[in-house]
Amino acid sequence: MQLFPCPFCGPRPETEFHYGGEAGKVRPEPAEAVSETAWADYLHAQANPKGVSREVWVHLACGEFFVLSRHTVTHEILGAEAMPGREA
Amino acid sequence: MSGWRLPEGGAIDRSRRLSFTFDGRPLTGHPGDTIASALLANGVRIVARSFKYHRPRGLFAAGVEEPNALVDVTRDGRTAPNLRATCEPLVEGLAVAAVNAAPDAGGDRQAWIDRFSRFLPAGFYYKTFMWPGWELFEPRIRAMAGLGRLDPDHRPPGTAPQIDAACDLLVVGAGPAGLAAARAAAARGERVLLLDDQPEPGGSLRWLGGTIGGADWHDWVQDTLERVAAAGGRYLAWTTAYGIYDHGLVCAWRRLGEAPDQLWRIRPQVSVLAAGAIERPLTFPDNDRPGVMLAEAALRYLRVWAVAPGRRAVVATNNDTAYRTAAALAEAGVAVEILDIRSDSPAMATCDLPVHRGRLPEGVVGRGGVTAVRAGGRELAADALLVSGGWTPSVHLWRHAGGRVRFAEELAAFVPDGAVNGLRVAGAANGRFGLAAALADGHTAAAGAGPAPQPELPDPAYAFEPAWPRPDAEGRQWIDLQNDVTLKDVALAAREGFRSVEHLKRYTTLGMATDQGKTSNMAGLAAMAELSGRSIPEVGTTTFRPPFVPVPLSILGGRRRGQFFNPLRRLQLEPEHRAADAAFREYGGWLRPAWYARSDDPGAGPTAVAAEARAARQAVGLFDGSPLGKIEVIGPDAAKLLDFVLYNRVSTLEVGRIRYVLMLSESGVVFDDGVVARLAEDRFVFSCSSGHVPAVRLRLEEWRQDRFDPARVFVHDATSHWATLTATGPRARALVEVALPQAAPALAELAHMTLAESAWEDVPLRIARVSFTGDRSYELSVPQSAAGRLWARLCAGLEGHGGRRIGLEALLTLRAEKGFVVVGKDTDGLTLPQDLGMEGPLRKRNDEFVGRRSLMLPDAQRDDRRQLVGLQVPDGAPPLPTGAHAVTGQGPQRRSIGYVTSSYDSPALGRPIALGLIERGRARLGERVRLLHLGAGLEATLCAPAFFDPQGARIDA
Repeated sequence: MQLFPCPFCGPRPETEFHYGGEAGKVRPEPAEAVSETAWADYLHAQANPKGVSREVWVHLACGEFFVLSRHTVTHEILGAEAMPGREA
Repeated sequence: MSGWRLPEGGAIDRSRRLSFTFDGRPLTGHPGDTIASALLANGVRIVARSFKYHRPRGLFAAGVEEPNALVDVTRDGRTAPNLRATCEPLVEGLAVAAVNAAPDAGGDRQAWIDRFSRFLPAGFYYKTFMWPGWELFEPRIRAMAGLGRLDPDHRPPGTAPQIDAACDLLVVGAGPAGLAAARAAAARGERVLLLDDQPEPGGSLRWLGGTIGGADWHDWVQDTLERVAAAGGRYLAWTTAYGIYDHGLVCAWRRLGEAPDQLWRIRPQVSVLAAGAIERPLTFPDNDRPGVMLAEAALRYLRVWAVAPGRRAVVATNNDTAYRTAAALAEAGVAVEILDIRSDSPAMATCDLPVHRGRLPEGVVGRGGVTAVRAGGRELAADALLVSGGWTPSVHLWRHAGGRVRFAEELAAFVPDGAVNGLRVAGAANGRFGLAAALADGHTAAAGAGPAPQPELPDPAYAFEPAWPRPDAEGRQWIDLQNDVTLKDVALAAREGFRSVEHLKRYTTLGMATDQGKTSNMAGLAAMAELSGRSIPEVGTTTFRPPFVPVPLSILGGRRRGQFFNPLRRLQLEPEHRAADAAFREYGGWLRPAWYARSDDPGAGPTAVAAEARAARQAVGLFDGSPLGKIEVIGPDAAKLLDFVLYNRVSTLEVGRIRYVLMLSESGVVFDDGVVARLAEDRFVFSCSSGHVPAVRLRLEEWRQDRFDPARVFVHDATSHWATLTATGPRARALVEVALPQAAPALAELAHMTLAESAWEDVPLRIARVSFTGDRSYELSVPQSAAGRLWARLCAGLEGHGGRRIGLEALLTLRAEKGFVVVGKDTDGLTLPQDLGMEGPLRKRNDEFVGRRSLMLPDAQRDDRRQLVGLQVPDGAPPLPTGAHAVTGQGPQRRSIGYVTSSYDSPALGRPIALGLIERGRARLGERVRLLHLGAGLEATLCAPAFFDPQGARIDA
């Protein structure tokens, strides 16, 4: 059981969290100007790195989304930060 | 001859006698005994039959590493299978049975299999039983092989507590190294959690004894435990740390005997692993005969339980540690001779027992047990052969945590190497053998201040010389006792190319038994190294995985059993529904009334559902809709957030009005539906499906935090705050007016799809005119605390109006009559809004919303998509089975064009109705389709989904 650091609640067991998606993805819009390829990339293409990964997670207990940096091989946690504009 | 109890000594209570049976034979033992020590004291030699060949087997070890003595233990009518006799305390009244033996271990009927052993090498079953199919042979082979019998009636209660704990220092193992570490940390004031898998602390001190810091070991251990407790720490006896998981989590199985076992999940700052070492056997022909035992195990039986393994013992060794066993047995009156592979050693030099230098056993005489040992061309009479092949550090937990190991040539063993954050290994587990070395290593591992505790005597030399299996020797030499793997099987694997250690393991099953090869892996590796001309480090080790010992599933399950497994949400009004004879079923995680019927008769349900549906159409139905979602979206940007997240725009909604909406995923698929009411300019309440509330809330939160200014819009799930009672039917208004006379004026003005906020008695009341049945309906929401009162008030008038309480099944029938969908039932993971006939928002909206781009994709615009339609069966035909597929084409060209999603018998229409998702459905209304269900052909005519009152005239009737 991994320990994830919620920026608002501190370290908590991983079962209290849900994965939200890859961090830093920007939703392409307006729809009329977005190519099918760009939209498919947004929906389905994941970098899925072997190594350090930046991901959006939500802490279900407090409901806050945040960015988690972790190593996908060693499971080392490298840091967590509140969403831009949010203060922990 | 065989084991016997010494007249005195041992940590047992001789003043009391415990009765038990073994394979039906009545025997006795003492408190403090294990099942194993009691069997040995009673002279029982054959305690089990082996897994594959049904060979007679005796006790081989005294602790967790025991490969042979698996027993089924019955107590108070409950049988637990495959317990290690060495780890089970003796309790009054146990019925112990050997596994894999019938009628008993001594006279097993299937012992003949052993004579055919040369036809049963590794891989035999896979190679032989291939034609016509393994599944034909498997049941009989499984019945012959295998271990304990599972009692189908044995359902361990779900009472095991699961305890989360944290500490500064976790110490695994309360032997000398672990105790020294715990003592050092406690001296600094650290909170220590000290675990040991034995019921008593001390580890090897319990049979090796010693003096530490000038005190007898008993006193030093006691003093150490007191210091741990004084610093706020704790010692847990009979607790096995069985695995290390991510981020240093240590899981432990604690046994308490009479009270339920416990699972401990421990988060230490630092862990010290002091799990000791496991003695290795020697490999020689027939080394599995009863009477062959690990040398230190014999010493442990002698000192802890005062049991000797025999009257004449041969001790065979390649190192000096077995000499202490030899000396202790001789002192107890056992005739001892020693076989030693070495020609000289410090222990040999001072030993006054007969030593055969440069010799190891070449074979064993006796089938049901050792009668003599062959060595140097002679037969040495003996009833016990005690072997020591050196020691293997227990690096299991270290490996679980990802720690590396290196091969230490001087020990011929793998020892921890490198570092793992927050983890240290100490004592014999770290390759530091001997009391002084263990104490020093434990003290250092815990970064102890000052000098480490000192024993009175310096450590004797280990003086070890490797003695590995010799593939050139004659006869059958056992490597893995529990899985019946011999040296020949390893040789066969090497010959057939299974040389990687992982292949060796899987091909021969070496190390794959419940003991996970604790006594066999090293011999197997060494044999493979020899056979394949490589060194042991080149062969490497297999992966160590948790658990270290078999752990009962009951502790992993804990209390998550029965109604706690996946707890259902319960209604405030559940007692009222029960009093009204509700039959409860689960709907979307809620336990809700399915129908109301006095009888449990199988026909009572459908009859009640039909009567309820009829009453709701003819008069009024009263329905508990409390689980309906009530997610409030509040703030100046509330409309903006909802517009973006929903398919239908709600910013254009006037205050007090309600709109039906869909929520899509970014792929455009319908995720949920519901209604949004605007309570104020800056306040909405979204009534989503009851089963989707948490997910809908999370989606709203995600976009709120990721796209909008969270200070300007807030999402609040008020579902559990409100009870919602719905009256539906032509007499719904009359019922509500009589029940709530104060609300009558508001009701008079309330149009369909509007909402009024008012008050009832002392609580707020929301009245919404929304209909899931097609009839005039009032949803009355009050705080849960007033639900009982309101329900009673409405029920009081129900009968007078010819109405009934209606359950979920009647409601689902009513909505299907109108063609209203349940998302997730009448839609699937491909259903887009246009498939439900809702193209409007996509055409009209030019602002962004979730899923918009996906709805523009060519695939979303195809005209052959599966669309929602009604299905009508021919006159007199029964309802269609839900899930039946509509098909087109014949033979290999036959394919599905969709399926039935909902099907009911409609009381209002007097015939079956069904909804389905059918390819090009809307363009084909009136066409007949063929359906298939479990091989049977059916037919139906496609029609519009609304079967009942398609014009919607009844909504204001």
